[in-house]
Amino acid sequence: MTTHVGERVSRVDGRAKVTGKARYAAEHAAPDLVHGFVIGSAVARGTITRIDASQALALPGVLQVFTHENAPRLARGDKRWRDELAPPGSPFRPLQDAEIRWSGQPIALVVADSLELARHAASLVRVEVAPAPHETDLEAHRERAYKPPPHERPSVTPPSRGSADKAFARAPVRVQAEYRVPVEHHNPMEPFATTVVVDEDGTLTVYDKTQGVQNVQSYLTTIFGAEAGEIRVLAPFVGGAFGSGLRPQYQVVLAVLAARQLQRSVRVALTRQQMFTIGHRPTTWQRLSLAATRDGALAAAIHEAVAETSRFEDYSETVVDWTGLMYRCDNVRFAHEVVALDLFTPMDMRAPGAMWGVYALECAMDELAVALAVDPLELRLINYAEHDGNEKRPYSSKELRACYHQAAERFGWSQRDPEPRSMRDGDLLVGWGMATGAWESTQRKASARAVLTADGRLAVASATEDIGTGTYTAMTQIAADALGLPLERVTFKLGDSALASAPVEGGSFTVASVGSAVDAVCRELRSKLLKLAQQLEGSPLARLRPEDVEFIGGLLRARADPSRALTFAEVLHRAGIDHLADEVTTRPSKAHEKYSRYTHSAAFAEVKVDPELGTIRVTRVVTAIAGGRVINPKTAESQVIGSVVWGIGAALQEHSVIDHALGRFITHNLADYHVPVHADVPDIEVILVEERDEIVNALGAKGLGEIGVVAVAPAIANAVWHATGKRIRELPITLDKLL
Amino acid sequence: MNRFGYTRAGDVAEAVHAAAGDDAAQFIAGGTNLVDLMKERIAAPSRLIDITRLPLRAVKSLPDGGLEIGALVSNSDVAYHPEVASRYPLLSQAILAGASPQLRNMASTGGNLLQRTRCYYFYDAALPCNKRAPGSGCPARDGVNRIHAILGASEHCIAVHPSDMCVALAALAATVHVTGPAGARAIEFAEFHRLPGDAPERDTTLQPGELVTAVALPREGFAAHSTYLKVRDRHSYAFALVSVAVGLRMVDGTIAEARLALGGVAHKPWRDPTAEALLRGQRPDDALFAAVGEHLVRDARGCGHNDFKIALVRRAVVRALQQAVAGGPRA
Repeated sequence: MTTHVGERVSRVDGRAKVTGKARYAAEHAAPDLVHGFVIGSAVARGTITRIDASQALALPGVLQVFTHENAPRLARGDKRWRDELAPPGSPFRPLQDAEIRWSGQPIALVVADSLELARHAASLVRVEVAPAPHETDLEAHRERAYKPPPHERPSVTPPSRGSADKAFARAPVRVQAEYRVPVEHHNPMEPFATTVVVDEDGTLTVYDKTQGVQNVQSYLTTIFGAEAGEIRVLAPFVGGAFGSGLRPQYQVVLAVLAARQLQRSVRVALTRQQMFTIGHRPTTWQRLSLAATRDGALAAAIHEAVAETSRFEDYSETVVDWTGLMYRCDNVRFAHEVVALDLFTPMDMRAPGAMWGVYALECAMDELAVALAVDPLELRLINYAEHDGNEKRPYSSKELRACYHQAAERFGWSQRDPEPRSMRDGDLLVGWGMATGAWESTQRKASARAVLTADGRLAVASATEDIGTGTYTAMTQIAADALGLPLERVTFKLGDSALASAPVEGGSFTVASVGSAVDAVCRELRSKLLKLAQQLEGSPLARLRPEDVEFIGGLLRARADPSRALTFAEVLHRAGIDHLADEVTTRPSKAHEKYSRYTHSAAFAEVKVDPELGTIRVTRVVTAIAGGRVINPKTAESQVIGSVVWGIGAALQEHSVIDHALGRFITHNLADYHVPVHADVPDIEVILVEERDEIVNALGAKGLGEIGVVAVAPAIANAVWHATGKRIRELPITLDKLL
Repeated sequence: MNRFGYTRAGDVAEAVHAAAGDDAAQFIAGGTNLVDLMKERIAAPSRLIDITRLPLRAVKSLPDGGLEIGALVSNSDVAYHPEVASRYPLLSQAILAGASPQLRNMASTGGNLLQRTRCYYFYDAALPCNKRAPGSGCPARDGVNRIHAILGASEHCIAVHPSDMCVALAALAATVHVTGPAGARAIEFAEFHRLPGDAPERDTTLQPGELVTAVALPREGFAAHSTYLKVRDRHSYAFALVSVAVGLRMVDGTIAEARLALGGVAHKPWRDPTAEALLRGQRPDDALFAAVGEHLVRDARGCGHNDFKIALVRRAVVRALQQAVAGGPRA
């Protein structure tokens, strides 16, 4: 049997991407296309008292300046504006009123014949605002923190257990520390952009940068009161998203609004600066209190967090739960609250919640190891959780021990001198740090449609996305294996709201969800094909049991006698049909409820620090990942390498700086908002640990999009401590903090 | 971006003539900074005078033993020019510490001198900024000022000059040649950039319509004992938090002549001849270097977030002097 799953298959869309054939949202052409440029608010809070667009409108080629004064009133009521991933609250509605809720909020759209003209005209629009006092500083307003209402994911903070505060007070070894993390912006390479093509019959084809074509389609249809068939959303290629495209962004509303009003095809693309006016990873304050017995067993764990949300939506993420999940401990207390600020609603960003929560926990574990004089890895093993203490149930699988052992071995962890500032490379201080990571593994309801044609080709489709993750490739591999076809005879289509239903592309659940549907529909076709073949007059496969027939290279063949075979094409031809088609919907199995399903990781990092100048270089990272069955080791490793680079950025560089007096992000370009460049990225070694899991889904794949990022920042922060003896509890660790 | 006219000049006279009388006209060469500034509505030239066809692309030896670099020689070509690399390694190092290969291939020598600050507030046309909109105020002083000046700032502006190349040129005591409506003149490098004072909108002492035609280096390039040390938030493609250009002439283990300029700390490359005088005639010594560092920051003042730069200058100066004595930067 040919297998493609598990092989290092190169991306099936790679050629299209490197030759420019792959078109992104702002690259789709349309006749008589016009361009919209967004004007954003300069203040964080207030009311627009006057907008004078006369100078802009006087320019030849400027078609319209849409503002709250002339834009059509769209749907009423919060419920209609709530997309599939909206947190509780009152979603933002562009150009529907005069109120300003955050700095950079879109307050007008200038539409003109060219992008340059629209952008110039935008500079001529005069906006008068009655400003109101704003609050953007989480630390300054922590006293306003409140418990957010439950969100669909995460459900709710699990209940505390035991008596953590008492146990903490009594324990012989204790650490307590506060950790601070900044706002980060996703900054995918492709900015948010929409091209709306007005078709001859008045229907709209919307090319949008999104992680969920169906989420955007139903959102647009609802807010514009359109018929279901009137709007179709396409996103065949997405240039990175990292969560920023899970919810419809404001530019898609503005583009559709303008296209409907002007009855012209319209494109609206955000600038890099405007990419800092959308959702972001929320700044979060945390306090970790860990206590242990002298032999290192956790006696108490208290994890408190206060994170930011907007004034109009209660965004929250899973920050504190990890502390009750990742280690065995009977006395655990959680507290998770949010503060509403005059910023746009935060958004899920790669490993939301875990990124910050596990960072704080894993740094606190390192501090506890120091307090106990125990090796940090040993401390993790002493407190290894065999069961999920939050949900009181077993894990579907957990090869974290193998992650620790394999990564520690590759890294050479046993050679570490526990004393800080003890290891040197010439004049440089060398630090070794490690951390654990965990991320949820879920499966969502998803559908896929497959069509096998008389030429022996298979076309599979589902309304999922490929945001650079390799969905096209993974689905092609899964489909090809299910029917025993070579890869080149299989195509997978995605990114079209008209296709079979799929969830948004996020949460590391695409392979588990859509992959399961693809596998199931192809297996359905396999059964149908076999049935057809066996019904043929004089069939060489007649009366064979299914397990005695193999599907290989486009053939159905008797296992026992390879001469008894039929090609797919022959079967269809002789059966007198030109294609076989089916659509299947898959859901998580009942067993899901009995098990906790997580991916795990261990990361080991080496840093070299200049003792006088404070400059930090990450010189080595080894990470091991247990994520179930790996569909494609090549794209999986790439995914994890990219995650490690993200972790380096989070640990040392990324910081969306807010000027609180102005209530505005001021590091809003890629010169000021630093992400790692090649010179910052060392050799990264990825170990994909073997993990069998028959509970998560039929494929046994747990998802790898996020787990790789979780352990990296704390491993680096711990390495910086080991190098310097300084515990920097505020990210990013920039050199000024070490001076 | 505003609507603007475009003129292509064939020679220096034509370029200067085209600019004469129109203070809102600007010369454009590589455009690596100006085009960004135009997109962000920070620059709104009435006209762009394209000078890329001007015959200013030569690197020539001068009769006095110096080297003249035409204003249109790209940053890459300067950095990799054999004469520059061997006789003025400090300049090569400084250029290669800045930007990216793509930018250095486009950016010109003259344009590098005229880079504008990377102050966050200057770069956001929605915000006040005395440099961009004189009289509108300086939000950086009480705002976020981690990257800002500790030396020579004024109440009106605490921006820093972003160039690496200029820090080396300051240490090398280069001369800037310009031609304007009133003819040609030479400006000492120390006089080319200015402190903000009450007119932070003016970065340089160029008069309206003047075009940079060349940068001349004196004979002494301190090739045996120089270094450019750049301290920044990531290992490439970031502006300096603090940088130090050092050139020493050593005779029999004694510092016969010293040059030292700082980047990332002021509105201009910061050269302090009194600090250089402390080194002259002395034997290299860490205590001496520390005293020089201390001397350089004697009038330094932080605004809060940038206070660390004062300590960083002290340490970076010691390190750079150590490196220069040893012959250059360590790998």
